[in-house]
Formats: sequence, C-alpha cells, structure tokens
Amino acid sequence: MFQPELETMSREALEALQLARLRTQLARVYVNVPIYRRKFDEAGFRPEQLETLADLARVPFTVKDDLREAYPFAMFAVPQRDIVRVHSSSGTTGQVSVVGYTRGDVERWSDLMARTLACAGATADDVVQVTYGYGLFTGGLGAHYGSERLGAMTIPVSGGNTARQVQILKDFGVTVLACTPSYALLIAETAASMGIDVRELPLKIGVFGAEPWSEGMRKQIEQTMGIRAIDIYGLSEVMGPGVASECVHQNGLHVFEDHFIIEIIDPQTMLPVPDGEQGEVVFTTLTKEGIPVIRYRTRDISRMVPGECACGRTFRRMERVTGRTDDMLIIRGVNVYPSQIEQVLMGISGVAPHYQVVLDKRGSMDTVEVQVEVSPDFEFDEIRELEALQRKVSGAIAATLAVSVDVKLVEPRAIQRSEGKAKRVVDLRNKGA
Amino acid sequence: MLIEQLSVFLQNEKGRLAQMCTLLGDAGFDMHALVVADTSEYGVARVICDKPHSARRVLEGAGFAVSVTRVVAVEVPDRPGGLAEVLTRLGACDINVEYLYCFPRASGETAVDILRVADPDAAVACMTAAGFAMVHAAQIYEPDPA
Repeated sequence: MFQPELETMSREALEALQLARLRTQLARVYVNVPIYRRKFDEAGFRPEQLETLADLARVPFTVKDDLREAYPFAMFAVPQRDIVRVHSSSGTTGQVSVVGYTRGDVERWSDLMARTLACAGATADDVVQVTYGYGLFTGGLGAHYGSERLGAMTIPVSGGNTARQVQILKDFGVTVLACTPSYALLIAETAASMGIDVRELPLKIGVFGAEPWSEGMRKQIEQTMGIRAIDIYGLSEVMGPGVASECVHQNGLHVFEDHFIIEIIDPQTMLPVPDGEQGEVVFTTLTKEGIPVIRYRTRDISRMVPGECACGRTFRRMERVTGRTDDMLIIRGVNVYPSQIEQVLMGISGVAPHYQVVLDKRGSMDTVEVQVEVSPDFEFDEIRELEALQRKVSGAIAATLAVSVDVKLVEPRAIQRSEGKAKRVVDLRNKGA
Repeated sequence: MLIEQLSVFLQNEKGRLAQMCTLLGDAGFDMHALVVADTSEYGVARVICDKPHSARRVLEGAGFAVSVTRVVAVEVPDRPGGLAEVLTRLGACDINVEYLYCFPRASGETAVDILRVADPDAAVACMTAAGFAMVHAAQIYEPDPA
C-alpha cells in the first residue's frame, strides 16, 4: 500500500476529511469560477449552506457541455500563471475539453497513480512499461509520474509500434504493462506472431484502463499473457487515471475517496439510486486546484460494490464500468452496451474476442450487424459448422440481451486493431442520408 | 492412407482467393486440387497441395484461418457409374458423406474422389473390403510432417 495511513482510515475520519475539503472546494469555485457561481445562484445554493455531506445533493450538476463551453480555460479556478500542465479529454465523445493542473495537482496525481500501481501489486522493484499515449491524453504522463513516484523503473514507450513494444517487453524484463486492454491483446497477438510467448516473460501485472472491458476479456488476457490484469479508472475531467483502482482481489475498484466523492444517480431522474444499484457515476473533486469539478456527470455506468474488501482499504468500491450512457445502443427499444456483446462472445469457443457492431438502415428499419472474428483454431472445414457457430453467437446474444442481431463471421484479424481505445461501434445510419 | 487437406476460411471480399493462391504460388507450393464452398457471406477453400503443414504455416502467417482436415481419396474408373458404385458401397456401410469432389488422373483412365466423412478410418475399411483402390497421400502430393 502506497499511503496506508490514508487508504485505511476509518470511515468517520474519512467523512470528516471529505466534509472539510468539500466546504473549502465549494467556497473556492464559487468565488473563482463564474460558471459555478451562476449555477449555484440559479439553484439558490450558497456554499455556506453545506452542513453535512448529504447536502451535496442540493448542489447543481456539472456536465460535459459545461466544460466544452468553457473551452479552453474558462473553468480554471486559479490564475493561469499557477497552471503548470494542460491536458485534454481524449475526445471519445465529440469536442475536447481542456483541463489544467497546478504544481500541487501534479503532485497529488502522482501520489494517486503511485497508489493505483501499488494497488495492482507493483512496487519500487518493478519495471513499468507505459504504453498509454503521451501527450494531451492523460494516460501516458499520468501513469509515468505515478510509476516514478512509486520508485519503479519507468519506460516511457507511449503508444504505437507494436513490434517494438514486444521487443522492449522482452529485452527490458518488463514486469508491469500499462495500456488499454484491447491493446494488450494486440501486443499478445503480435508477440505470438514474432514467436514470443508472453507467458514465459517476467511480465506479471497489467494495469489496464481507458475503455470499458468485460470480465471475460480479463480472463482471456490473463490466460494468454500469464499475468494478473487490473482494471483502473479515471477520466481527464476529474483528473485522469488514478481516480479508482482494483486491488489484487479484483472485486471492484477502490475509489480514492479522500480526493473524490462518488455518487451514483439515475440518469433520467438525476436522483441517487439505492445503494448497490446501477446508474451514472458522478464525481466531485475535493483537492483539485486547477480545474475542480463539482458533481460532474461522467456518463459512465457502474454501481457500488457492497461490503468491505479483504485488502484492508476502507475506500468503497465501484464495479467495473460496463459502458457509457452515450455509447449505449438502443436496439428496437432495448438498451445494449457493446461490452455486453463482448461478454457473450467471451463465453463462446470458436470466435475471437474482437468484434464490431455496425448499425445501418434498411428502409426505415435500423439493422444491427455484429461482426465477429472466427478464432484461428476453429475447425471450420464444413459450412454447416460455420453456420452452427453463427447461430450459436446470434442465439447467445438474443438470449442475453433480448434483442436479435445479424451475426457475420469474418477472418481472424479482419477487424481493425486499435493502439488506443478500441472502436466497437460503427454507425452508418446517417451516412449519405 | 488419409489425405491432409487444407481448409481456408475466406471472407467474401474481392481478391481474397487470389491472395491465397499468390501466397502459395510465391512460396512454391504446387496445388493439385482446389474447390471453394461458398455462402453469401464467406467461403471455405479446400486445397490439396504439396507440404500441407508448411503451406498452412505460410497462410496463417499472412493472417488466414486454416485448418488441416483428414479426407479419404479413392480411385474410381473414369466411366459412367464409377462414382455411384463408391457411394452405394458407403451407403451400405452406413457412412454419410459430408462433401466430395473429384479430379481426373493424368492417365485419363481413372479419377480420384476426395471424400469427407465423419469417420475416415471406417470409410477406408469399408471401401477396401469391397476392392476399391485407395489413393495414398504421396501419390497425389508431397507430404510433410505436422
């Protein structure tokens, strides 16, 4: 544990710390950020009215559009001279938003990413290959600073050039790999084609995040690479990676609650959901100086995991993010997340975990085609075996998601691999319309 | 006794079969038979070529999905009713044929029938007992170790 005195503090002490920090944070943004002052005034809320943590429910939400409208710096809460670093969102869902960090923010972020790596089981003795992109994306530099703070040997490879990633993995005796889960699979495939069995390398831990992935994909990665695959969570608007992380027990991600307050709300009613139910994740930063966010609606879907964790951390856990409210597909009235399709595919032998969902229109009807790669070791000599496989996949999707889709089998590696976030959905519905 | 046939999964995409043939040709693998089974979305090319295991590795290295299937080769006289005799015999042994294809021998007097059955060893025993001549791998192509 990187900061045991903080990570195991009693809930009473933690909530007292949260309340004190929240008061300061609300007062600061009210004074320094006109957008927040306007929102608070419109809602009839004044920071000094906050008496308990429950009063946070009276504070207005912040949404992605607020950050976009503030482009580039209008939500910074400190003078520009105090900002030492700028990142931007990865633009997963449209126009980018810009975030700024003070020197103190960079310090705290380094601590939180060091915590994350330690949570995954890494120590100063490890060799960490950072394959998240370096640049405006928070992944690369976030993991880099955390790894250095932990004292590990840090290899700043950034993304791309997969053959070189494999070579470094092997030659430098890398023990921890930090990248997106889909890129980890590509690295494993590339290694195999180079005649290298990743399972025989010193690599033992994967620190994977920046895109939703399923439990089935975790199993697949752990088996093919011979590692423990840890899910980490963060987003640039809140800080970057290091907001929450799984520990070695791999049962939910500990939210670093001394720096962030998490809420789960119903995205329709915007009210908190009963404890343990699924909803949209909302974060309030408690210590950010450059660009604090108050009740920021992440659009990520999760739920809180009940109970205490055997690791001893007192921070509550959120379940792995299963999708986002905005990549949710509505297929004939049924809500479907791409990661649910992935989970189904993982349970079927004969198909690879690579898939793409193609939405199109036939007349006025939306059509959904799920393209799935045939696994290279499938014995597909007979057409009826392939047809049976196809029926098995569409049957399993129909049974799990209650929606019928067309399944198209494609060749191994036919679906484009990503070096960053995998593109799971292709929407052709409005092309040329 | 059994023939090792390559089955190659092909997406229904322009030029994909040509790519497969070019790869095999450039690597010097002579093809002796090729038949493509197709559906609206994909096909399976069944290939008998020299050194099938090496050929498989070449194709897989280029991203093709390939499996090696064990099939039966029987020599039949090239005259009306030749194949019917083989099939009648297999029927009598209660052996179901999944698919088959034929090609003539260079002599022109006999043809080779390639048969895919669930239990190839039983098919061989059934036909041998009835006096049909089985064709060995080395009579068609150059075998190699797996």
